[in-house]
Amino acid sequence: MRITQGCFSFLPDLTDDQISAQVGYCLENGWAVGIEYTDEPHPRNTYWEMWGHPMFDLRDPKGVMMELAECRKANPGMYIRINAFDDTRNVESMTLSFLVQRPEVEPAIRMVRTEVDGRAMRYSHEVMR
Amino acid sequence: MNAGTETAEMETAEMEKAGVETVGAEVAERPASVDLREEYECSGVREVLEDLDRELIGLTPVKDRIRETAALLLVERARATLGLGHETPTLHMSFTGNPGTGKTTVALKMAGLLKRLGYVRKGHLVSVTRDDLVGQYIGHTAPKTREVLKRAMGGVLFIDEAYYLYRPDNERDYGQEAIEILLQVMENNRDDLVVILAGYADRMEHFFNSNPGFRSRIAHHIEFPDYSDDELMAIARHMMAGQSYTLSPRAEAALAEYIRLRRAQPHFANARSIRNAFDRARLRQANRLFETATGALDAARLSLIDEGDIRASRVFRGGLDSEVARRETKR
Repeated sequence: MRITQGCFSFLPDLTDDQISAQVGYCLENGWAVGIEYTDEPHPRNTYWEMWGHPMFDLRDPKGVMMELAECRKANPGMYIRINAFDDTRNVESMTLSFLVQRPEVEPAIRMVRTEVDGRAMRYSHEVMR
Repeated sequence: MNAGTETAEMETAEMEKAGVETVGAEVAERPASVDLREEYECSGVREVLEDLDRELIGLTPVKDRIRETAALLLVERARATLGLGHETPTLHMSFTGNPGTGKTTVALKMAGLLKRLGYVRKGHLVSVTRDDLVGQYIGHTAPKTREVLKRAMGGVLFIDEAYYLYRPDNERDYGQEAIEILLQVMENNRDDLVVILAGYADRMEHFFNSNPGFRSRIAHHIEFPDYSDDELMAIARHMMAGQSYTLSPRAEAALAEYIRLRRAQPHFANARSIRNAFDRARLRQANRLFETATGALDAARLSLIDEGDIRASRVFRGGLDSEVARRETKR
């Protein structure tokens, strides 16, 4: 199942040039850019593994693209996303997040119904590999 | 699930096709000739070169080399627009010269020049020394160097006193690791950044001899000559004019003598020594005004540096007290 989370996820996967242009836009706005990866695309899994620190003082997207290439090499078949953080409100708040790599075969997400307290129903989701 | 991925793939393929077509269109519109003069005017290269001429005193060989480099880059760019075979020229440089001869200033101008010619995308200068590149323990160097390189992408990386990276006396020195990463990036990311190595001529020569990889990857070796006494005087005038100070005629004579004496003393750093002398003269002038002036001071008096402000320097007494003492004990 094609996971759709973050920006652009209903579009075809971005090419490297397109990713670079998006990162360039982030840097022009003075946002810090971070790379994160995970093998668990559950929508409630908000904390992905960080690939190094977010990059705060870059001028050119090439720096991010180099890190992304390293991250892809180390984590083939995982989800990788790029996050941009805006600090105008004195906290590094996320303003943009988009997927830049997904596994060839993506896991499906299944909804599970559980009956509790008599006939009450609880819904939860699990990632199926 | 499958249907979704298929459409995605189809769309990507279509977009790629569209991309190929636009590239094709560009090829068709390629101009048949290029006016170098016009390129020179439009790209803003002229402004940078004129700026260089106006703001930097002396340094004729450096200016000539930069003009040559600019010409080469302009022609390369023109060749590229006409579709002639071209390869991004190697732009890494080494600036050698004594301290205070303007290496950092020229590097800054160079970054602007390369930006205008389109050889670097952003044109900022990241100035680093050994401490910024080399780590303190195993595994610290590579991330540190990479961090700096990432910051310098799209601009110019200026490594001051680059020979400190290589310490032959300690074979386990982490500098070697930084050198290897640098060499790799200088080779693979030639389109992304330009590296300028700077330092004293003789030590740089030694550094290049022990690291032949650097020598072959650096195309432009630019030597910065020492300033002559007259040039230093002109620099002093330029500095003072920039901060609205004037020299009395006697002070000017004193300064000329100062320059002559200072050159013979140790740790002479060309323009930097002059700047320091100027800073100290300002200090003495302020002190003098504060202690002697009664009543209102006008602008002329506030900006006049007198003979006494310069003559009070220790240079006229043979340098720093420690230096004088050392020379006397030797005798």
